[in-house]
Amino acid sequence: MQHESAIREPLILGHRTYHDITEDIARPIEGRANKYWYLVFTIAVCAFTWGIGCLFYTIGTGIGAWGANKTVGWAWDITNFVWWIGIGHAGTLISAVLLLFRQKWRMAINRSAEAMTIFAVMCAAIFVTMHTGRPWLDYWLFPHANQFGSLWVNFNSPLLWDVFAVSTYFSISLVFWYTGLIPDFATIRDRAVKPMSKYIYKILSFGWSGRAKDWTRFEEVSLVLAGLSTPLVFSVHSIVSMDFATSIVPGWHTTIFPPYFVAGAIFSGFAMVETLLLIVRKVLNLEHYITVKHMEYMNIVIILTGSMVGVAYLSELFISWYSGVEYEAYAFLNRATGPYWWSYAGMMTCNVISPQLYWFKKIRTSLTATFILSIVVNIGMWFERFVIIVTSLHRDYIPSSWTMYHPTWIEIGIFTGTIGMFFTFFLLFARVFPVIALNELKTILKISGESYKKEAAAHAHH
Amino acid sequence: MDTSGMNLTYTLSAKTKKILQVLIAVGLILTIWGILKHSQTDIQKQRIWSNIWVNIMFFFGISLLATFFYAVQYAAEAAWAVAYKRIMESVMKFLPIGAILVFVYCLLGVLGVHHTWKWLDSAAVTADKVLQNKSAFLNPGMFLGMTAVFLIAYVAYQRWTCKVSIDIDNGGDGTQMWKTNRTRAAGFLVFFGFTSVVGSWFWFMSIDAHWFSTLFGWYVFAGQWIGAIITFNLIGLHLKSKGQGEFLNDSHQHDMGKWMFAVSFLWTYLWFSQFMLIWYANLPEEVSYYQARWDDYRCMLWTMFFVNFALPMIMLMSRDAKRNRTFIFIVGCIIFFSHWVDTYLLVMPGTLGAEGHIGLMEIGMFLASTGGFAWFTLSQLAKAPLLVKNHPYLQETLHFHI
Repeated sequence: MQHESAIREPLILGHRTYHDITEDIARPIEGRANKYWYLVFTIAVCAFTWGIGCLFYTIGTGIGAWGANKTVGWAWDITNFVWWIGIGHAGTLISAVLLLFRQKWRMAINRSAEAMTIFAVMCAAIFVTMHTGRPWLDYWLFPHANQFGSLWVNFNSPLLWDVFAVSTYFSISLVFWYTGLIPDFATIRDRAVKPMSKYIYKILSFGWSGRAKDWTRFEEVSLVLAGLSTPLVFSVHSIVSMDFATSIVPGWHTTIFPPYFVAGAIFSGFAMVETLLLIVRKVLNLEHYITVKHMEYMNIVIILTGSMVGVAYLSELFISWYSGVEYEAYAFLNRATGPYWWSYAGMMTCNVISPQLYWFKKIRTSLTATFILSIVVNIGMWFERFVIIVTSLHRDYIPSSWTMYHPTWIEIGIFTGTIGMFFTFFLLFARVFPVIALNELKTILKISGESYKKEAAAHAHH
Repeated sequence: MDTSGMNLTYTLSAKTKKILQVLIAVGLILTIWGILKHSQTDIQKQRIWSNIWVNIMFFFGISLLATFFYAVQYAAEAAWAVAYKRIMESVMKFLPIGAILVFVYCLLGVLGVHHTWKWLDSAAVTADKVLQNKSAFLNPGMFLGMTAVFLIAYVAYQRWTCKVSIDIDNGGDGTQMWKTNRTRAAGFLVFFGFTSVVGSWFWFMSIDAHWFSTLFGWYVFAGQWIGAIITFNLIGLHLKSKGQGEFLNDSHQHDMGKWMFAVSFLWTYLWFSQFMLIWYANLPEEVSYYQARWDDYRCMLWTMFFVNFALPMIMLMSRDAKRNRTFIFIVGCIIFFSHWVDTYLLVMPGTLGAEGHIGLMEIGMFLASTGGFAWFTLSQLAKAPLLVKNHPYLQETLHFHI
């Protein structure tokens, strides 16, 4: 028999029954979308289309259409790749790590966070496949049988590890997400009235019957997948960091990169989850389930990971002096005072200082403040990658090759396009998939539901 | 759950005392034997000092990370660990003693009694351009000043929270104090988060004064953390072996086992990240650190790494293993020693060069300090009831079931 302390705040507000939960979460799927949904969807699709156009332009012209040059060989492409991959991390953390930690508050947010992960990795994939220059030859990224040709991939290269890491990550996340959806698809299937939608949800739900045996297997598989995904939370961004850290570029080669990238990824991912959920709870009327308390918990994760990133920034800065390596020291001096000083300043302000505002309970429980700060954090994390990549590269070992980097409208278009794609997919997801793990949520209703908690408290007093 | 039938008073039994006395006595005999066996050259004298530092830092680290883990339970609103609260407190109570030992050792270094830190020797600094460049940070004033400030703050939090814990037992407002504790725990965690990194630079990294690594602080932190987790586990198992600690059920044991598993992985991850990046780039100023360990301590380096990594991975993967007390005991003891070796490798190559090896003195000093630490911790455990009262999560932890 589980027991929940009276001082824990409820996670489902008001009085809800099991049936109410089904109704509330199935409503957006069964009903029609309101005009705001169509408005946002149209904007997203326009941005997406524009991005596709820029992609085709790049493919037709070559990556000379971008601002990258001989000195700054990686710029917006890899900045955006790392940014999107990082955003994906929160989904995995929420679904896997918080499951292992038995955090009940994850149940209201894990579904959309996992969806966000999948879409974010898809956006990241665009940059990493495009930046090779000739994407039609990208199959060479995978090791083939030797008969296929004499050229094999370089297993010593972290860029190759990245191919494995990201593709594993994507597949496991997809399986995890889909497994979780099966019982909820079955609920939608059982309620469907139109034959077409009944048929589709029937296929999607894999013949889920809701027997005890089904649930046992479901829980076992979730645990196994959580166990597999937890190392992935670490490995993916560690390997992304090794793309930089294994080199000898000043500012890149530093041992703290793997854990600091992981912390930064979770940091930006949670911020993006907040941005999305604050919109979702309003548009789909899910205020009972995605509560201020959920936002507060996520804000606390943001303080934690933001401060870890802060410790890492300061460690790097200090060690660049302490090491006595003048190239290293100059790289940091150049970051802070060189021509790209504004990106370093933006990174420090958005990532280290702004999350500290959450120490005030008033701010971390204010939804408006959370919405604004979640966007600030994502801007900051974009700057971080820009600082690491462009600022470190643009002044390399030979001053005669020092140069500046400026993005072209094509690159800006592709980046805008991925944001459009992300929202297009997310909005479609919100209309056809249950955005909250409704069957799992029901398991905590009687323990963490507001009215049930009050009832239990009243009992305890007698 | 009703706790009235439980015996919540722990006493250090005659048998336990005897075991610990034998451990300490054997340790001391081996230490003295080990010291007398060698002629007292400068390097032999430093070997004694370096060993003292290894043991001080190993057990100080355990009590410091016990305090950290305890604070994390408040900040994370975790209920399961409330059953372990008194066990954690008994380990934390070593912190003031550990802090004094750390400070005295550092002070003796500044006074030139031992030569653990080369940069404290002004003649060595004059001859070394790299050390001169670092002298704004690596100087006696900064060293003792920061050490003192960090230690005083750590001890202040530890003493406050342990005192409050007893006050609540004696009729304090548990819920209100839980809230205060939560705020202060968060404050401590922030302070700890920034300062433990700087502390590790002074106390360990600057032993190899030319070398640097940005990850170093977190790697030291993870190693000390696993030491603290194993200590909690072992004390819990000791209580069970005495037929006490009925409130620690299989689920609590399972969770502690998970922490052993998880923190071992964290440590491995950080060790590997640091090693791999330095090995891969192969820059002379960085790789010298591992070169020294590779040349003279290779067997120890790899044994320590694989024991600390593979043993928990293979042995503690399954759910049944984490609930099996004998299993946890054996694996825990091995990893515990292996992390002592990790601490040893942080200190020895930098202070003794190729001259360090594990002999009678090392084993003896480890046994004696472990015995002394266990004696102290268990007698602290005997000073308070084994289970807290008036804690808002008490019922939740007693009904804990996974």
